[in-house]
Amino acid sequence: MTSQRTRRRRTAPRTPVPIVALAVIAVVFFALPLLALVLRVPWSDVGDLFTASAPREALLLSLLTSVIATACALVLGLPLAWVLARTQLPGRHVIRAVCTLTMVLPPVVAGVALLAALGRRGLIGASLNDWFGIRLPFTTPAVIIAQVFVAMPFLVLTVESALHSTDRTVEDAARTLGASPWTVIRRVTLPAVRPAILSGLVLTWARALGEFGATVTFAGNFPGTTRTLPVATYLALESDVDQALLMSVLLMLVSFVVLVSMRDRWTGAIGGRR
Amino acid sequence: MCFASPWRALVAGLCAIGLLGSCSSDDTTLTVFAASSLTDALDDIIAEHVAAGGPPIRVSYAGSSTLAAQIIDGAPADVFISANPEQMDAVTTVIDGHGVPVTIAHNSLVIAVERDNPLGITGLADLERPDLLIAIAAPEVPAGDYARRALDAAGVVFTPTTFETDVRAVVTRVALGEVDAGIVYASDIAGRDTTDADTAAVTAVPLGHPDAARITAEYPAVALDATNAAAVDFIAFLGGPVATAALTARGFSSP
Repeated sequence: MTSQRTRRRRTAPRTPVPIVALAVIAVVFFALPLLALVLRVPWSDVGDLFTASAPREALLLSLLTSVIATACALVLGLPLAWVLARTQLPGRHVIRAVCTLTMVLPPVVAGVALLAALGRRGLIGASLNDWFGIRLPFTTPAVIIAQVFVAMPFLVLTVESALHSTDRTVEDAARTLGASPWTVIRRVTLPAVRPAILSGLVLTWARALGEFGATVTFAGNFPGTTRTLPVATYLALESDVDQALLMSVLLMLVSFVVLVSMRDRWTGAIGGRR
Repeated sequence: MCFASPWRALVAGLCAIGLLGSCSSDDTTLTVFAASSLTDALDDIIAEHVAAGGPPIRVSYAGSSTLAAQIIDGAPADVFISANPEQMDAVTTVIDGHGVPVTIAHNSLVIAVERDNPLGITGLADLERPDLLIAIAAPEVPAGDYARRALDAAGVVFTPTTFETDVRAVVTRVALGEVDAGIVYASDIAGRDTTDADTAAVTAVPLGHPDAARITAEYPAVALDATNAAAVDFIAFLGGPVATAALTARGFSSP
C-alpha cells in the first residue's frame, strides 16, 4: 500500500499551468508587502530595540499572555469541539455560530462586548466589582481574556472538523473490546486528531499574539501590565516609525520561527495518518 | 481548454484592479485631509462653503500623523488640516510648492467626568486622589502630549490607569464608567451632537489651573499646491467668519 502510494505520487501528472501561475500570484501577494516591510526597517538601529526596555517588556508580555491564552483555549475549546462534533445536542448549529462569531467580529467590537459583560458597569462585571472587589479591565488577565475570546474559535473549528472526519468504527471497536468512554477519548480519539489539535493550537496562538483591537478596548494600555507588542507597535507608529517597523518585524520573526519549526514537526504526523 | 476560463478570470481580475486604481473623481472635487477631531465642525463648514458656491469637497478624517504619513507617501490631498504644528511641519518640509499654513482654531483641554460629576472633581489637582481611575491619551498621540504638558504645568502627578491610543477612546472610557476621569479636548465634549450617547454621558470640568489652561492644541491648515485656486480659496474660507463661528459652536476657540 505504501509503495503503491509512493509510486503514484512520483508519477503524478504535472500541475496545470494556470494553477501554478495563480499560486505564484498568491505567494507574491503575501511575500511582497512583508518583504517591503523588512527592507524598510532601519537595521542599523536594531541594537536600540533590544537595549530599550519598552519593546522587550511588550514582547515578554505578549509571549506570556498568548501562551496562557492558548492553554485556556485548549482546556475550554477541546471539550467544546467534542460536544459540537460528537453529540446530538439540539441547537448545535446555533452554539457553533455563537462560539465562532468573534472570528468575524471586528476585534474592537469584541472588546466592547467584553466591557459590556465584564466591565465595571458590565452585566456581571458590576457584581464582581461590588461583591468581590474584582475589576478585570486594565489588568493582565483582561489581556488574556480578550485573546481567548477572539482566538479560541480557531482551535474549536480545526478540532471539530477533524473529529467529523475521523473513522468512528475504530472507536466503536475499542468500546466493544471493553474500553470505557474516557479511555476511548484518551487512547483512540485524541491521538487520531492530534495533528488537528496542534495546528489549531498554533493558529490560536498566532491570533492571540497579534491581537490588538479587543485587547486595547477591553484591557487598555499600560506598560508592563496591558501593553502588548501589537499595542506598542501601533503607538510607536504615531511617534517613532522606525521603532514601530522594528517591533513589527520582531513580532513577525517570532511568529515565523514558531510557524516554520512547528510545521516541520507535524508533516510526519499528518502524512502518516492518511 | 482548461486554460481558457482561469486565464480569463485572471485577466478580468487584473483589469478590475487596474480600474479601481485609476478610479478618481472629476478634477473639480477638492480632497481635504483633516484631523479627526475636526469631523463635526468641518462637515458644517464644508456645507456652508458648498452652499456659497464652492466646489464639491471630499474629506478623509484620521489622526494627524496618519494623514501626514499618507500625504508624504503621495496620497492625492489638496488641503491638509493638522491637529498639531509638528505634523504640519513634517508635511511642509517634504512637499514642494505648498501654500502658507494658517492656524484656523485652537482646542483647549478639559477633564471629562461622568455626567453631573458624582465624584466632585473640580480640577487637575483632584486627579491626584488615589481612589480615582483615570484615562489619558498615550504620550505618542497629540492629545496625550498636550495632557502631559498640562499636568506638568500644573505640577500634578498621578499614575493613569490606561494610556488610550486616541482621545475619543478616553471619552468612551469615561462614558462607559470604566474610568472616573480623563483628559480630553474641549471639542470632544462641547461640540458633539447631543444625540451622541458618549457625549450625553460625559460632563466637562475645567482644568482649574491657569498655566495648564494655556496649553491648547493648534490646528494649522495648508493648501498643498499653492497654484490650486480652489484649495487656496478654501483655506481663506477656513480663516473667515463663517468657519470661525462653526468652529466655536463645536467647542473650538478662535486663533
